Amino acid sequence: MMKIGLDVGSTTLKCVVMDQEENLLFSSYERHYSQIKEKTITLLEEIKDRFPHVDTYYLSISGSAGMGLAQRFDIPFIQEVYATRLAVLKRVENPDVVIELGGEDAKILFLSGGMEVRMNGSCAGGTGAFIDQMATLMGVNLTELNQLAKCYDKTYTIASRCGVFAKTDIQPLLNQGANKSDISKSIFNAVVNQTIGGLAQGRPIKGNVVYLGGPLTFFSQLRESFNSVLEVIGTCPENSLYFVAMGTALSHTEKRIDLKELLNKLRTAEDIKEFGGVNRLFSSDEEYIKFKSRHDKERISTIDPRSYSGNGYLGIDAGSTTIKAVVIDEDENLIASVYRHNQGNPIPLIRDFLLNFHKDYPDIKIKTSAVTGYGEELVKNAFNLDYGVVETIAHYTAAKKYKENVDFIIDIGGQDIKCFKIRDGLIDSIFLNEACSSGCGSFLQTFAEALGYSIDEFAKLGIHAKNPVDLGSRCTVFMNSSVKQAQKDGATIADISAGLSISVIKNALYKVIRANSAKDLGENIVVQGGTFYNDSVLKAFEDELGHKVIRPNISGLMGAYGAAIYCKNQNEHKGEHLDMVGLENFSHNVKVVLCNLCENNCRLTVNNFGDGRKFIGGNRCERPIKNKTNETSYNIFDEKLKLLSEYKPIVGRRGSIGIPMALNMYELLPFWHTLFTLLDFEVIVSPFSSQDIYIKGQHTIPSDTICFPAKLVHGHIEYLLDKNVDKIFYPCLTYNINEKRGDNDFNCPVVAYYPEVIAANVGRIKESKFIFDYLGFDNLKLLVERIYEIFRKEHKDLRYNEVNLAVYRAKKEYENYMSKIQNKGKDFLDISRMEGKRAIVLAGRPYHIDPEVNHGIGKLLDELGIIVLSEDSISHLSGKTKTDILNQWTYHSRLYSVSEYISKLDNVELVQLVSFGCGLDAITTDEVKAILEENNKIYTQIKIDEITNLGAVKIRIRSLLAAIEQREREMMMV
Amino acid sequence: MSRVSKVEFTKEMKKNYTILCPDMAPIHFNLLERVFKNNGYNLVVLKNQGTSVVEEGLKNVHNDTCYPALLVIGQMIDALNSGAYNIHKVALMITQTGGGCRASNYIHLLRKALIKGGYGHVPVISLNAAGLEKNSGFKIPLKMLKQAVAILAYGDLLMLLDNQVKPYEIHRGDSKENVEYWLKYLGDEFSRSMGVKTSCLRMNMEKIVRSFNAIPMEKKNKVKVGIVGEIYVKFSSLGNNNLEEFLYNEDCEVMIPGLLGFIMYTVENGVIDHQLYGKGKIKSIVMKKINDYLGSVEGIMIDAVKKYSDFTAPSPFKHLKELVDEVVGLGCKMGEGWLLPGEIVELIIKGYDNIVCTQPFGCLPNQIVGKGVIPNIKKKHPEANIVPIDYDPGATKVNQENRIKLMLAVAREKMNEEYIDYISKGIEDKINNGNIPANIL
Repeated sequence: MMKIGLDVGSTTLKCVVMDQEENLLFSSYERHYSQIKEKTITLLEEIKDRFPHVDTYYLSISGSAGMGLAQRFDIPFIQEVYATRLAVLKRVENPDVVIELGGEDAKILFLSGGMEVRMNGSCAGGTGAFIDQMATLMGVNLTELNQLAKCYDKTYTIASRCGVFAKTDIQPLLNQGANKSDISKSIFNAVVNQTIGGLAQGRPIKGNVVYLGGPLTFFSQLRESFNSVLEVIGTCPENSLYFVAMGTALSHTEKRIDLKELLNKLRTAEDIKEFGGVNRLFSSDEEYIKFKSRHDKERISTIDPRSYSGNGYLGIDAGSTTIKAVVIDEDENLIASVYRHNQGNPIPLIRDFLLNFHKDYPDIKIKTSAVTGYGEELVKNAFNLDYGVVETIAHYTAAKKYKENVDFIIDIGGQDIKCFKIRDGLIDSIFLNEACSSGCGSFLQTFAEALGYSIDEFAKLGIHAKNPVDLGSRCTVFMNSSVKQAQKDGATIADISAGLSISVIKNALYKVIRANSAKDLGENIVVQGGTFYNDSVLKAFEDELGHKVIRPNISGLMGAYGAAIYCKNQNEHKGEHLDMVGLENFSHNVKVVLCNLCENNCRLTVNNFGDGRKFIGGNRCERPIKNKTNETSYNIFDEKLKLLSEYKPIVGRRGSIGIPMALNMYELLPFWHTLFTLLDFEVIVSPFSSQDIYIKGQHTIPSDTICFPAKLVHGHIEYLLDKNVDKIFYPCLTYNINEKRGDNDFNCPVVAYYPEVIAANVGRIKESKFIFDYLGFDNLKLLVERIYEIFRKEHKDLRYNEVNLAVYRAKKEYENYMSKIQNKGKDFLDISRMEGKRAIVLAGRPYHIDPEVNHGIGKLLDELGIIVLSEDSISHLSGKTKTDILNQWTYHSRLYSVSEYISKLDNVELVQLVSFGCGLDAITTDEVKAILEENNKIYTQIKIDEITNLGAVKIRIRSLLAAIEQREREMMMV
Repeated sequence: MSRVSKVEFTKEMKKNYTILCPDMAPIHFNLLERVFKNNGYNLVVLKNQGTSVVEEGLKNVHNDTCYPALLVIGQMIDALNSGAYNIHKVALMITQTGGGCRASNYIHLLRKALIKGGYGHVPVISLNAAGLEKNSGFKIPLKMLKQAVAILAYGDLLMLLDNQVKPYEIHRGDSKENVEYWLKYLGDEFSRSMGVKTSCLRMNMEKIVRSFNAIPMEKKNKVKVGIVGEIYVKFSSLGNNNLEEFLYNEDCEVMIPGLLGFIMYTVENGVIDHQLYGKGKIKSIVMKKINDYLGSVEGIMIDAVKKYSDFTAPSPFKHLKELVDEVVGLGCKMGEGWLLPGEIVELIIKGYDNIVCTQPFGCLPNQIVGKGVIPNIKKKHPEANIVPIDYDPGATKVNQENRIKLMLAVAREKMNEEYIDYISKGIEDKINNGNIPANIL
């Protein structure tokens, strides 16, 4: 009996036919563009033609998108990993580990030494879809990507956890003009890191490694990256694309299937619509036409540049994926504009635009110029433009042109959503999408392309969708699998297009803005950004709100238009930007160098623009640019780090004890260090975190959704193990120190119990004695007893009184440390008050001072001349706050107290730092926001993760400052 | 400066208000509804499902909050929107555990959501044992508490037996019918203040076990799967995309550790808190007394199963506590804490070594006691076949099922191997005599 194995993956359809002796007679591999049934029919017909004398086969199906097909037509279904295993055991000699990457799946199969399978969860990072997205972002095709990666010189660290993070890393690199070869290789390395970090989870990959699946077959450079990181030479066997299909064929399902019959069934089967649908966007063409004409009225006038002579004002918006530029006249009419994908490097595009403009319209003189957006600094420096404008201000300025009393502005761009409220003519709350839901506009585009359409065609299809797919509203990257499910259930491309548009909107509304109804947003809403050219998105937005909105005819150009108006309205028109000659002689080259000015060792991209001007990107601080630090610096983060680094090891007669500098150790180090030093141990503390520390421990992290500060613990433990310490001390602490400002004094579950995770998952932990007992500070006598009991086992000479004294002295030292911070905090507040200097409380947790966790946000503020405070440096100034939630975590209680305290102070603002994946902050952020807003303070939140790009943070901080300044100006005028 | 005021549930309201409560474990909550009604509260356990529940949750609750909060609050607001209840004569009830995880804050999130959704006037009752919130119109007398304990035991027993009979019953529906019979029977007894005393418990449980044992069954070779996890998604079909039904359709036998154990775990933590951190001594003595009582009720249930049938009985709670030695510390008490790994080990020992560990996406405690300590369990029990599954509004059924199917494929292969090993060891005669241990057939 001949066997057919069908493997229906998320993006491709693979099929093999084998004979009785398991010889491969036929194989096929193609993208199915979600038309699974149709493609299957064509494929089976081909098989029928090829083997005309065979009627019945053993036929089985595998693959994540094949389940529906199998169920409907009663065909045996084989789980794909199981199939892989069957095929590998038959086709490869002595395999140890299989690494298989697919469109959206990543798997590691351990075959020898205890069979085990690891699959990626709901995250599509580190898979084919991820590589696709990255290639699109860079504007190259997949073959080019591989070619580029071959001649790399250096690599960058790119967050690989999900495509969105990676984009945030890659975009600035592209904008700063980094070498595409280097980025390409870095992308492959990111995939490797994701696979190992996310799936291996502590289990070593060694021996005979087998590479399977599309990405590993097609990208030689990806295999190279795996080889070099794993230090193995893996093999990619013949037919590596077909292992799932072969395994499926080889499984003993013993179900005979008549091909002709099956084909008939498939052909006559109705397209079932089982997927969850939502209301269609337009019930009739008429409704669409009416809708269209209403929106077409919202326009500013354009004038023909050939008929105009005089002054022009240039505005540029260097966005994440696109570049926009406009020139306006004295009356703010549009003279010229451009809107283009930036191809990863905006500079030549802008040069072309300007050169052509000068050539074509020599009678128009550009009087002054401004730039906004992601690439603001690069473009400003490259062309010597007059002004840089914060994005929020640029957008507001433009929106006012359409609606003077606009209440709310939402801008959905390539990969970010920006929205803000206007209250009494002032920018009030600013919402930016956080790491997990960015990608909106470009996500639609990537998806359209993956399904074989241009974005315009794709958007048009959505307008006529009869039954839009309900795709939910989580991070758009996760939507891949929702789409997969809908495809399985027979959704059409039109339904998917409309569904995606609706999802983007729901994401913006419920995840970013978190609005309940149109009332929350206000009466006059202006929508902007290229994504809103898509009528499906626009209609979905109006439907979801139940409220009509304004879409400007230049919705994609609003940032640039706003920048142009902004510079026109400035009193001073410098006009120093490059002229015709300057533009013609303009050149741009990029060099990558490692900054050695501090331990961060940032990778700097140095852009040279021909005439000696240069721009440096990639820096976390201003030192490589200014070559000096601020003279008067009030940065509590630095002060705290300085204090903590004073706890040095002192050789003791009882051997060494290691303490990982992570999570709550950032506050408790003074306690434990003092205690063990007094007990005559040499206390070795791991250094503050760095990328190296993180990588060191990455392979032992069992949960990829846990917060970044917790992930870092693994590296610190590895560091201590490398130092051969006798013991590692990292206790479980259900309760924190009771500061009497809450209803309870818990630690968060992760801080409380992370030592358990270390004990269970760090394979090398046995090399040292790991002490992770459950301790508490509530009852010091009990703590003395517990410490005595734990250490007495090994150190018989330990005396109870010795421990008793040490514990009490440790407590004193802890209090001493805290009061030093608190005194500093108070001093800084006094300075702020007396000198009228602006101060910002970076409110988070003690471990947010870790430079690898905060990525230098403190430094950034410091350089802007702002006093930096932390929540624990001033929380002592106020007592318990009445809250609307159960106030039960010690660290978080400080947030509430501080929010209330500073909301009564002038010059002091609060920015909340939130770790991505911190579940508790879902509760604290709302509460802190409510407290601040009740007192007319602007709430700003910054989510931090592995991302090393400060660009987004900078925009947010600048917007906040601009908003505060605007607010203060208005108040002075009143 | 409170922005959210608590609306009191008054004595007046008790008379004519309907109290809505989200569903979790259907058998237990069915009995709970009866008991509340018997005591003068018009309690309704919500059964509304579907996309609108999730939608309301997403709209009204911070989206990074755990999935159970989103569902529970979504379900309540969806019910208020439905028009089925007079929104000026309705109150909501929600449990509050008082532990260190986010779940203790559900009630506050609910209140915020109600205000957001225009239902700020609706009173919310906290059902808690930690003395967190009180209402003048809502008091639970000792009699009712004892009934609640009985419900836990009866509910666990019915669920246990149903799960062991349903996959093998010859007439489809027999087991379900039997469950329904007993739900009605017990409800009626409660209304006559019966069914709670030790002697009643003993008698009823014997009858229950015998009645299930009498259902005609065909012993077949089935994969045995245990379900553990975060308490809500573990039990609630709304939370876990009908996991039980899915496994049943995949031809498995399912075992779900009961609710009584969870309650005993939360009580026990009061004892452990004193031992480890020197927290309240008096509280710890009271808690110990409570658990002695709960343990005696648990004992009656276990005895009944062992005495009157060959069904697999759960291990006593005390035993579970011993099982986690070398797996996780007993101080680990947030969320399902040390109980969760304890349940996994117990299931493995009982032959249910294929395990689905359900958790809400990003659930903080379960990243520790679920994914985090599984390696420790695997060290002790390499045969364990454990799959952690995340649930959230974005996770799709197809992905979840695909992962479970892989677990099942490995389980089936293991089952076949065991079967072949068994035969090759030359004990066919035993099989011929029909003398086959239950875990093989």
